[in-house]
Amino acid sequence: MAQNNSEIRYLTPLSVDVKKKKYCRFKRSGIKYIDYKDPEFLKKFLNEQGKILPRRITGTSLKFQRRVAQAVKRARHLALLPYVTDLMK
Amino acid sequence: MNQYETVFILTPVLSDVQMKEAVEKFKDFLVSNGCEMVNEEMWGLRKLAYPIQKKSTGFYCLFEFKGDPTIVKKLDTVYRRDERVIRFLTFRLDKYAVAYAEKRRHVRAEKAAQAPVEATAAETETQTTKED
Repeated sequence: MAQNNSEIRYLTPLSVDVKKKKYCRFKRSGIKYIDYKDPEFLKKFLNEQGKILPRRITGTSLKFQRRVAQAVKRARHLALLPYVTDLMK
Repeated sequence: MNQYETVFILTPVLSDVQMKEAVEKFKDFLVSNGCEMVNEEMWGLRKLAYPIQKKSTGFYCLFEFKGDPTIVKKLDTVYRRDERVIRFLTFRLDKYAVAYAEKRRHVRAEKAAQAPVEATAAETETQTTKED
């Protein structure tokens, strides 16, 4: 009975996902200033409810995360982006 | 002298003439207080992302100017006293922002030169920034 213990077999092969290295898109593409006047671009850093996504998801560096946050907040103040919403995308 | 950028939203109930007059008023205020106008943009009537004072649209206007830090407070007071302004934002541009603003101006100027029939403000907006 316990002869196959050494080798566990699965019906579907286990997917060993290769970790894709995250990177900061601003550093890579050399963007120095993040414009609050472009809500479409800023939406890449927001979730469905219009909250700012954390760095661990977007991979943005700390320096640019602060600037993204600043830009998003300015856009919200000027009603270019909503403060709260559902199904933004 | 710092470079500043200010955006304000006017109520949509104004007529075209009244709107222009309001914009002139703020421009005159800045110029008379010793500011140097760098750029002005009218984005036209835009939809707001959320209602402000029960209004769902607003007239956006942007100024870039060079001036002394004391002007910002004065400008804020003028905005607050004016009932036509429903929202405003003024801030100092850092060196990267100045470079960006200059580039943006050039792109917009080229666009305007290419197409005399000006596209809607919102469209040019997204196009200019996507090219960066």
